[in-house]
Amino acid sequence: MALILYRLALLLVLLATGGMIVFIVRQRKSVFKWSYRILVAGFAVHTVFLVHQYIAMGTAPVLSLKSALGFFAWTITGAYLLFQLKFRLMVLGSFIAPLAAVLMILSTTIPGTEGATAGPLFKSVWLTIHVVTVFAGDGMFAIMFGAAVMYLLQERQIKGKRFGFLYTRLPSLQTLDSINHHALVIGFPLLTLGMVTGAIYAQQALGSYWRWDPKEVWSLITWLAYAVLLHERLTVGWRGKRAAVMSIICFGLLIFTFVGVSLLFSDYHSFSSLEGRTAQ
Amino acid sequence: MTNIVTIGMNHETAQVEIRECLARDPDNVSRALSVMRDHQAILEGLYISTCNRVEALYTTDNISEARNSILEVFSKLGGIRAEDLAPSLYTLEDTESVRHVFKVASSLDSMVVGEPQILGQIKEAYFQATRAKTSGVILNRLMHRAFHVAKRVRTETGISDAAVSISYAAVELAKKIFHQLAGRKVLLVGAGEMAELAARYLLSHGVEKISVANRTFERAVQVAGGFHGKPVYFEEIESELVEADIVITSTASPEYVITHEQVKRSFRKRRNRPLFFIDIAVPRDVEPRVNSLGNSYVYDIDDLRGVVEINRAQRLEEAVKAERIVEEEVLRFEAWLKTLGVVPTIVRLKEKVEEIRRTELRRSLSGLGDLTEHQRQALDLLTTSIAEKIIHDPILTLKQKADRPSRDQVLDLTRRLFRLDDNHD
Repeated sequence: MALILYRLALLLVLLATGGMIVFIVRQRKSVFKWSYRILVAGFAVHTVFLVHQYIAMGTAPVLSLKSALGFFAWTITGAYLLFQLKFRLMVLGSFIAPLAAVLMILSTTIPGTEGATAGPLFKSVWLTIHVVTVFAGDGMFAIMFGAAVMYLLQERQIKGKRFGFLYTRLPSLQTLDSINHHALVIGFPLLTLGMVTGAIYAQQALGSYWRWDPKEVWSLITWLAYAVLLHERLTVGWRGKRAAVMSIICFGLLIFTFVGVSLLFSDYHSFSSLEGRTAQ
Repeated sequence: MTNIVTIGMNHETAQVEIRECLARDPDNVSRALSVMRDHQAILEGLYISTCNRVEALYTTDNISEARNSILEVFSKLGGIRAEDLAPSLYTLEDTESVRHVFKVASSLDSMVVGEPQILGQIKEAYFQATRAKTSGVILNRLMHRAFHVAKRVRTETGISDAAVSISYAAVELAKKIFHQLAGRKVLLVGAGEMAELAARYLLSHGVEKISVANRTFERAVQVAGGFHGKPVYFEEIESELVEADIVITSTASPEYVITHEQVKRSFRKRRNRPLFFIDIAVPRDVEPRVNSLGNSYVYDIDDLRGVVEINRAQRLEEAVKAERIVEEEVLRFEAWLKTLGVVPTIVRLKEKVEEIRRTELRRSLSGLGDLTEHQRQALDLLTTSIAEKIIHDPILTLKQKADRPSRDQVLDLTRRLFRLDDNHD
């Protein structure tokens, strides 16, 4: 059942991604409209899948890298749909949908099943809040990353006075910078909240707020990087290219924290030990 | 046979740096005209100098000598060696030259095809030539036809739609930077038809405020009045840079009016909000290095061309229509030019007098009742000799003038006095 739901969600997201790519080339509004509807459907199916998993496991379904990637894709799609409501920026979908699709595919390539009931350790409301806020923040940062890449592409054309394929298709610099700003302003508090609730959960479950394990350290570094960006944006007035480059660096750190640290270091936060513990 | 020649350079053949050299001094036009007036080989002359083109248009009987003197004028006015100048120049003769003038006047040869300013600039150039008395029969006719062609192209084709103006290009770019122009502020430095047009266009797209700076404050007040803008002193430019979003520059200053240092300082105060410079001036007013600053975008007149290229395809169809109008008018002008010889004028004059004589004779004969064959012949002879006597002296004068420099004037006067061209126009 769960597998079918996930496969269906993936199929819909892939279809939507294809549509969005066709849209950026052909610039047909109807193509976008249908892709958007399919993406919404995919998101809905994915949501049903996650709810199913949550009920089955009794906790947020992110305890393995496999499910975490899927969940990340879901938050990215959700963040995109929110931004679509505000900015009505069709071309953003052409950059974000592929990202979500890739994450979902990656998730399916990782072997393993999920659905086993999680141990009592994981049945905490703090953990759920921790996971949901961190991932929602990550979703925002993914949007920010997409907008930053688009910004750099567009700025290069305007500055260099060479107008290629993307010039007419990409939105204005102002719009992209504004997305960067909004995603940061929403994403950063979510990430902060996620880290605080994580610490509270750690205190309850493991007896200490902070244990200096690699994931925590790298999360802190990522958080600091985003904090610097937010600070510079709000006080000094960093914007445009510098903010875009910084967003991309921050997102690199975030992905490293998310995937790299889990694979490189073995610690209580890493997925292998998490999975180990689900079986306990 | 007199030759009509154009030597010049435009945005396509010459870099902005070279055009700058020639356009730097506004007195260059009158200097060039006085050289043309005094030079033996040049019969009539006209000198066009705009941001995008410098051209000498003249008539001559001695092509090579005239050409050399024009090249000398260019190299002297621009302070460039003739060899360095040569690759940027084009030379057009007779039909080619006529076609070129028509195209330039109808804005078909403009950087932004269809932009309306060029016609005004050509009219001004012609006005200067008539004041300097370098324009004669042929150029007078040519320029008036050119204005006529321009009018036809403007009314009969869609080429001059707003969509093709340089202002449109600037607005499109501004939208790619700022998304919306509503609430943005414009700083206009200097004045000029093109700059004011761009400013007006930005205003119609929602720009909120406009400040106008000029070397002479009086002029700033005057220009600002037209936009409900705020006149500011030239020295205030730097502080205005902190507020502005779009800066249009169009001064005749030979130096940069806005420097890298100034803009860099202002960016700190404006918290890096993007700043878009539209530099219409030749020589340029904004230091090119400003473009390398973050969030700063500098477009000079050559760069704007690149933007315009994008929607060029849409205009091709209209361009074909315009070309047809130009061709039609070129043929018409050529036909007129051919009549401007001594022999054709005499022939035409004789024809006309003969026509009149016959018509009148026929009319009188019907009122005279029955005449003998002999009487008819006498009447015929009488009218013929009267007519011939009347035009004898004019024809003699024309023949005498055949090799004089004043020939064209006399021919033109004759044709106008006797209305010889009525069925041509």
